[in-house]
Amino acid sequence: MSFKYVGKPIPPQDGFLKVTGTATYTFDLELPGMLYAKLVTSTVPHARIKKIDVSRALGVPGVVRVVTGKEYPYRVGMYAGDRDLLAIDKVNWVGHPVAAVIAETLEAAEKAIDLVDVEYEELPAIFDPLEALKPDALLIHEKMEEYRHSPAFKPIPGTNIANKFTLVRGDVEKGFRESDVVLEEEFHISHVSHCYMEVQNVIAHYHLDGTVEIWTSWQNVAPVRQIMALSLGIPHNKIIVRIPYVGGGFGGKAGLGWEALVAILSKAAGHRPVKLVLSRKEQFSTAAVREGFHAFAKAGFKKDGTFNAYSVRFILDAGAYADYTVNVGRAVGYSADGCYEIPNINVESLTVYTNKIPTTALRGFGYPESHWVLEQIIDRAAKKLGIDPSEIRRKNLVKPGHSHTCTGERLREDAGDPQKVLKTLVDEIGWGKPSENPPEPWKVRAKGLSLFVKGPAQPPNAAASAILKFNEDASIDLLIATGNFGQGTVTALMQIVAEEFGLPLEKVRVDYVRDTHKSAYTWQTVGSRGLFTDGIAILKAIEDAKNQIFTVASEVLRCPKDQLELVDGEVRVKGKPWEKIPLQDIVMGYTYPNGNSIGGPVIGRGVFMSTHTTYLDPDTGQGNPTIFHTFGGTAVELELDLLTGEINILKAVEVLDLGKVINPLLVKQQTHGGLIMGTSISLYEEIKFDERGWVVNPNFTSYYLVRIKDLPREVVARYIETPQLDGPYGARGIGELTMIGVAPAIANAIYNSIGVKLDRLPMNPEYVWRALREQRPDLVEEAWKRFSKYEKIVEVTI
Amino acid sequence: MGRWITLTVNGSKRRVEVKDNEILLDVLRDKLKVKSVKAACWRGECGLCSILLNGKLVKSCLVLAVEVDGSEILTVEGLARDGELAPIQRSFIEHGALQCGFCTPAFVLASHKLLEENPSASEDEIKESLSGIVCRCGTYYEIIEAIKDASKHYQVRKKV
Repeated sequence: MSFKYVGKPIPPQDGFLKVTGTATYTFDLELPGMLYAKLVTSTVPHARIKKIDVSRALGVPGVVRVVTGKEYPYRVGMYAGDRDLLAIDKVNWVGHPVAAVIAETLEAAEKAIDLVDVEYEELPAIFDPLEALKPDALLIHEKMEEYRHSPAFKPIPGTNIANKFTLVRGDVEKGFRESDVVLEEEFHISHVSHCYMEVQNVIAHYHLDGTVEIWTSWQNVAPVRQIMALSLGIPHNKIIVRIPYVGGGFGGKAGLGWEALVAILSKAAGHRPVKLVLSRKEQFSTAAVREGFHAFAKAGFKKDGTFNAYSVRFILDAGAYADYTVNVGRAVGYSADGCYEIPNINVESLTVYTNKIPTTALRGFGYPESHWVLEQIIDRAAKKLGIDPSEIRRKNLVKPGHSHTCTGERLREDAGDPQKVLKTLVDEIGWGKPSENPPEPWKVRAKGLSLFVKGPAQPPNAAASAILKFNEDASIDLLIATGNFGQGTVTALMQIVAEEFGLPLEKVRVDYVRDTHKSAYTWQTVGSRGLFTDGIAILKAIEDAKNQIFTVASEVLRCPKDQLELVDGEVRVKGKPWEKIPLQDIVMGYTYPNGNSIGGPVIGRGVFMSTHTTYLDPDTGQGNPTIFHTFGGTAVELELDLLTGEINILKAVEVLDLGKVINPLLVKQQTHGGLIMGTSISLYEEIKFDERGWVVNPNFTSYYLVRIKDLPREVVARYIETPQLDGPYGARGIGELTMIGVAPAIANAIYNSIGVKLDRLPMNPEYVWRALREQRPDLVEEAWKRFSKYEKIVEVTI
Repeated sequence: MGRWITLTVNGSKRRVEVKDNEILLDVLRDKLKVKSVKAACWRGECGLCSILLNGKLVKSCLVLAVEVDGSEILTVEGLARDGELAPIQRSFIEHGALQCGFCTPAFVLASHKLLEENPSASEDEIKESLSGIVCRCGTYYEIIEAIKDASKHYQVRKKV
């Protein structure tokens, strides 16, 4: 079937505004009478607050109010419900907001925060989650039992465990006994920051009549309203949340934000609008980042490569607050089996409080973490068994229509084609063909593979909806709340609408502001779900609108509805294209020559609700957690400098089974973007803490991000289209997937070629250099010899 | 308290009172409301506040406003002429060389400047000249394609 828009490389719909600098972000907004807020943050990692003296701060000209936590002791949150607006009686990390200064100018607010005097009574601090798990560990959250948490989670009051996820399937002990090879391995990941370019910033206006208006740089409007309504007790329709363009999110602008706090500040400041803008330093020390991660894994394989038993314990260093990280801990747990069939599996995933920066999801929601572990275990087993890494994967891959995941969910027949993903990956990277020798003989070249699978991490009842209304000229306003923070989703959704109505793309409009008051509800655009869930809701809205249009047209054209079709903006009788009515004569109601009219303005509505998803059993982790699975793989060919530990990616291949590519231009852009972010996080990114819990690298000089000069030299993106029958045009989600395979593929390349295990992220030169010296001193020595010889050759040629 | 300076911003003459310690970035965004100039680090690392100051690409967070009295400033708002986008702007759209868009004004401006000076810039030269700007969405491959594609327009222009 050929389409006019679906499957076509349509440029991003918001391109014009973005290249002209006229796209408006919350960062750019000012309201009349607006005040500025700045946060006073804790300088100690764990302490009781003895006294806060704000008198000197109030003396700064322009300061309107200083607010402290005791005045507004609300608990806020989405999943764990553990967060305070400002520290109430205790600070739990260096960077914890203790007070907020509200002033007429930013300058006055900045000056005043240094003059708020906070007296602390220090408590011992816990920085290591393994310490926090000890039975005699000090409690960071003493009143955990009072928190209002979602039923999907299991906090354990009286401990530092914010969520305990357990999964049991088969008999793992028996599985190990029946295995020929058993491996035990450890893996770790450092904290990383999302580093979206637009810092978190919020404007709140708490009106005297009790209405609260919010403008925020956040991914989704609905959760902001929900969190505020539940925690502050404001009726939903009195909270209006608006989100204009957003300068990046990557999961770091989902879940809990600053909106409830800034709303309270607006109220405290005499109901004037207040804006809070975080600094980049605060993004690294006060806003939530991706958690630290530890994994202790044991895996059993049979001689023929069958993955027989897997037991893994994940420990997430969630920091001081874990509101969203509990869901990361859950997703790490239920994705432990990746895309392999493992008959016997035990998982324990603990989300643990420490006195460090709070944490949240980052592009992949636990899946990059679980795959960092699993995909390396596969390669290590392969080496022990003498089986090729591609072959051991081929052998253990799940079979849609037959296999069950580790949560006991049967994979749908149309879930995708993982074997084809693997085959394409292997072909594109030239697996089995040795790399060329590097020009510098102290370097080595190597290839590595990683597969992955992912579905959205979400509650079972996460709904979406769409409203589609026609204007007089048969143009369409699509009222959706789909988050728009850089992905191609909205453009793709517009393509679907234009396609279905046979209208030019220009006739379809999605406003850039998401608005709880005006947009149809969607739970959240996270977890790569937007195109799938909102696309389904839109298709239903289209069906609804078409039905209204055909009902009127059938009367006018005196023809049964099923004989009508929509082509090029006209309703036509099938087989008699000359019997037709232009859409604009119907969409506001049809008027007969004498003035009699029928029908009326056409408004389509549609919903998405997943009917098969469930909560997971609290003891066994069994159930149906996701709405689709996207299979994919990443392969890299890299060059490793044995003397410096530097890794240089020569070629990266990414293969994804997307069901249907709605927009090849933007899918490729997402793929490239994920590969680049994945490279950055794999090789460079790490938030470093000193022994007192301070972040020592809160800036882009000492926290390095990949720049345009650091790209993999060659990238290849390939898509497989095994349609998911209930997806929009068969499509599945992609956004986060593109990052998952990068880190394990890099580590596997190095392990396969020289046997050096890299268990930690990031694989920065210092770490790799140390690992090389510890594990392969012979190679390093040989490389030095080659290097010194090579220098001599250079001297001769000069 | 402050002193008055004159700036020509995208062709229009503006007088503005500034304090001695005020950075050009804040004057442009907060006082002159030139909002295409973004910021993400405030210390010269991200490049999002890049502008053309007297024809030279600079990071406006590293410039004191009092130093540049009488200067000409071009931002991305000033690139389109008579409603016509500059070729580099069109090329960015066509190649999908933008995602969240927050760094786009800086990249468009820096690419425009690069092509005006060196219309046949090689891939290495493109990378070298743009490595001071961060795109966290990772749209770098598309940006490189957009620049290569737009370069023909700048080559023609240079010949003329």
